[in-house]
Amino acid sequence: MSVQTLLYIGGRLVKGAVVLLVIAVFNFFLIRAAPGDPAKVLAGEAGATDEIFLQQLREQFGLDEPLYYQLWVYISNLMQFDMGITYRQQMPVFDLIMERMPATLLLTGAAFLLSLSLGVLAGVIAAANHRKMMDSIITVAALIFYATPLFWLAMMASLFFSVYLGWLPSFGMQTVGVTLTGWEKVADIGMHLILPATTLGLFFTAVYARMTRTSMIETSRLDFVKTAKAKGMKPSRVTTHHILRNALLPVVTLAGLQAGQLIGGAVLTETVFAWPGIGRLMFEALLQRDYNLLLGVFFISSAMVVLFNLITDVIYCVVDPRIELSK
Amino acid sequence: MNVFKSLSRNKVAMVGFGILFILVVIALFGPYLYDGTPWKMVQRPFIPPFENSSFPLGTDTLGRDVLAGLIYGARISLLVGLISTAIALLIGIPLGAYAGYYGGWVDEVLMRFTEIFQTVPSFALAVVLVAIFEPTVYSITGAIAIVSWPPVARLVRGEFLSLRNQEYVLAAKLNGQSNRNIILREILPNSLSPIIVLASLMVASAILLESSLSFLGLGDPEIMSWGYMIGAAKTVIRQAWWLSFIPGVAIAVTVLALNLLGEGLNEALNPKLSGNREN
Repeated sequence: MSVQTLLYIGGRLVKGAVVLLVIAVFNFFLIRAAPGDPAKVLAGEAGATDEIFLQQLREQFGLDEPLYYQLWVYISNLMQFDMGITYRQQMPVFDLIMERMPATLLLTGAAFLLSLSLGVLAGVIAAANHRKMMDSIITVAALIFYATPLFWLAMMASLFFSVYLGWLPSFGMQTVGVTLTGWEKVADIGMHLILPATTLGLFFTAVYARMTRTSMIETSRLDFVKTAKAKGMKPSRVTTHHILRNALLPVVTLAGLQAGQLIGGAVLTETVFAWPGIGRLMFEALLQRDYNLLLGVFFISSAMVVLFNLITDVIYCVVDPRIELSK
Repeated sequence: MNVFKSLSRNKVAMVGFGILFILVVIALFGPYLYDGTPWKMVQRPFIPPFENSSFPLGTDTLGRDVLAGLIYGARISLLVGLISTAIALLIGIPLGAYAGYYGGWVDEVLMRFTEIFQTVPSFALAVVLVAIFEPTVYSITGAIAIVSWPPVARLVRGEFLSLRNQEYVLAAKLNGQSNRNIILREILPNSLSPIIVLASLMVASAILLESSLSFLGLGDPEIMSWGYMIGAAKTVIRQAWWLSFIPGVAIAVTVLALNLLGEGLNEALNPKLSGNREN
């Protein structure tokens, strides 16, 4: 790796750190904006009356000290991954979030891969049949999925595929009451994953399909495509080797940027399917009015987006040398 | 004038416009025309649609009139969608205009600020804001506005960047016009069409956001909304699927209509940009 690349990556790291710092400060003030005594908010339960515990929290977070000192304590605790304890689960917030993290990574990862591959495929088919029947069908379908509320689609899919047809499980991540190992366990989780991942991915499938279609059609008008056609190259080869390769870059760039929004969607999908990830945890925190846990999930999910954007940036600058390193 | 002509020739956009017109009429006058209240228990629960003529769409889990809920829901959806978009424009346009017009460090600072809001997962931010400031129609509208302004700022910045060195702007500068005048009277009117298109699409996503929030139980407890109706029927989906099906269709149709209109506006206002769709 060249010095320039390393500098670029370093710059991105600093940028990500600044974003996280701002979010942390924001969180700090939100805890104080939440209804009730901040100590009780940090305790995670408005009705908690355990005075000794509250006093402990006041000391730990320096709640009797001036505001700037409190902010300092909050940030330095955060840097040591200390986000306080949830009263109800009697567990550190950070540990609880990390426990739920793999499920969300699995769900959003599957939804991302599914939506990108399906979206690009649909976009290519639509562009190849520009202004024909197939193009209209895909365009209309994309418009409809783009307009349908994610949570509603999830509910209807679970109603149809698991209640009515009985094909797929609609609840949780693994079959309850059975202990499976090895491939059987993988298959079981896979079956549970199908509905949540598909419904979470469909909105983004629609987005990527529309983008791929537009990008393919625009690229197909460029001169080098005309040249390839004039040389007598087979149309299918022009599509795959000339148009697709060039049309894909903007789609993949935007997909990388939007991947973070999948985490927001996961709150809804995980709520509908009782998928045990951080989105479901966020919903539980809402129900219990556990604001500290809520803000903890918010911070960690933002950190994941920052991390993900960083990874995509680095991959791009390695894969595509045309991307300018100056910024 | 040209815009209306080309918009009225676009059949798809006119379908969207027609649906929206009906929805606005329902939202404005529905409560006066249809005699029903969304919160009162009027009949036994779980009457299916098209069975009892005085409750055409049946009753919900508590025996409340579903059609009345839909009518009042249209009100809140459109209202929250429009007002939150208006607020987002009020935040995004000035930020984008200053960044694009002045450039340099102003641009740098404002765009870093915008980037932070773009990085944060927007739905999670909206959930956190509404939960902390208690769900009311004001906090919901405000939260939606706060998560939706960054695209406006970016768009307006881009427009200003490309227009600020145009001859008419330079002429205005030589004339001694104030920066404020140039921004408001010279550049802004010329960058209005992409803003209008974006705004119509933003109303659509604001409606989706509002319904998602109230589905999670973050709706204003005083106001009946489509998302709340779906959320309330979630646990009885096996017994009464129509209770969650009907409001969902209402949301999808509204959002679809707005998207169709937005695309139509895009083609009418920016004929050059929508190159793939020329008729």
